[in-house]
Amino acid sequence: MKIVKEAIAGTLESSDVMIRIIPAEEEKITINSSVKKLFGNEIRNTVKNVLSAFDVANVHVIVEDKGALDFILKARLKTALFRATDEKPQWNKVIQQ
Amino acid sequence: MKLRRSMLFVPGSNAGMLSNSFIYNPDSIMFDLEDSVTIKEKDSARLLVSMALQNPLYQKLEKIVRINPLDSEFGIDDLNAVVRAGTDVVRMPKTDTPQDVVDMEKIIENIEREIGRAIGTTKLLAAIESPLGVTNANKIAAASKRLIGIALGAEDYVRNLKTERSPEGVELLFARCSILQAARASGIMAFDTVFSDANDDEGFIREATHIKQLGFDGKSLINPRQIMLIHHIFAPTKQEYTHALKVIEAAQAAQEAGSGVVSLNGKMVDAPVIERAKLVLEKVKLSEIRE
Repeated sequence: MKIVKEAIAGTLESSDVMIRIIPAEEEKITINSSVKKLFGNEIRNTVKNVLSAFDVANVHVIVEDKGALDFILKARLKTALFRATDEKPQWNKVIQQ
Repeated sequence: MKLRRSMLFVPGSNAGMLSNSFIYNPDSIMFDLEDSVTIKEKDSARLLVSMALQNPLYQKLEKIVRINPLDSEFGIDDLNAVVRAGTDVVRMPKTDTPQDVVDMEKIIENIEREIGRAIGTTKLLAAIESPLGVTNANKIAAASKRLIGIALGAEDYVRNLKTERSPEGVELLFARCSILQAARASGIMAFDTVFSDANDDEGFIREATHIKQLGFDGKSLINPRQIMLIHHIFAPTKQEYTHALKVIEAAQAAQEAGSGVVSLNGKMVDAPVIERAKLVLEKVKLSEIRE
C-alpha cells in the first residue's frame, strides 16, 4: 500500500488510541502510552505486523495510546492507513476470516 | 430457543464501549454503524466493529450489526466488512418494502459465496420506521427466510405520522400491533423500539410491561441498566411456572392413560395451553423466575 498523505484516526478518550500516519523516508514508530513499560513492545509488534500485512514501508506511525485493547489499536491503525492512501480496501485482505 | 429480550445498542465508533459492552451480557449486542456514527467516522466504525466481531470477548454473544443504507456510500462496504467478520445478524436500516429485504439478501448471498461462508448463515433483522413500512409489514416479514424478526423504530415513524411520542404510547399502538401480527404470521420475532430516557426506570418498566403484554419478544436498549429491568419483566412468574408444571404433568398423565383429553382441575386443557406451558418451562431454563 502506498502512503501518499498524512492521516489521523482515533481519539484521546480513555480505552482508545489516536494514530497519526506521516509519509517518511523510512519506517519509524513512536509510542506514547501510560502503559508503555508494560505494553510498549506489544503495541510496537502489533503496529509492525499490520504495516507488514499491508505492505507499508516508509511511514512514520505516531501512537497516542489511552489504554486501548489490541483489537482497537488494529482497527484504528488500519483506518489511518486507508485514510493515508488513495487505494480502496480489498476486503478479503482487510478482514481475515 | 434463542431469547432476544434485550438487544443492546452500542455505537460503533466508541472504542470504550466496544471494549467493555460484552460485560453486560445482553441477549444480543447490536453494533451500530448508522445513526449513532458521524459521516466522518463511518470508515473507522466499520473497522472497529469488524474487529470486535472477531474478538473472543464477544464470541458467546449473538452479534447484530446495523449497517448504513445500500444507496448510501457506506452500505456495501459495511456488508463486505461485517459479513466477512462473522456477524450473526445484519439489521437493516429503514425497511419500507419487501424489495428492500430482497435486495439486501442478494448482496449478502454474493458475499457469502465469495468468501465461502455457508449460504444463509447471515441472518437479517428488518427495521420498520415509516407508515409505508407498517403498511407493508406482512410482505416484509415474509420476504426472506433469513429474517429473525422485525424491529420497530419509533422516532422516525412518529415524526412521519405528524405527532409526538407520549408516555402512554397510543400513537404507536397501530404500528406495534401491525408489526407483531406480521411477525407472528411469518413465525418470526417482534422487537419494540428504544426507550430513550436512560434515567427514567419507571417509564421504561411501564413501556416494557405494555409491549410484553402485547406479545413482543424483546426491546432495543440504549443503556445497560435497562437489560436487568427487561429480563425481570420478561421472566415467568412463580405462579406461571407452577401452573406450567401442572399442565405438563396433566398432559403426560393423559398420554400414559391413553386419553386424548387433558384435564386440570376439572377444566379441559387443549394444545395451545400445553404449548404455552412448554414455552414457559423453556424460558425458566434460560432466565429467572420472578415473584
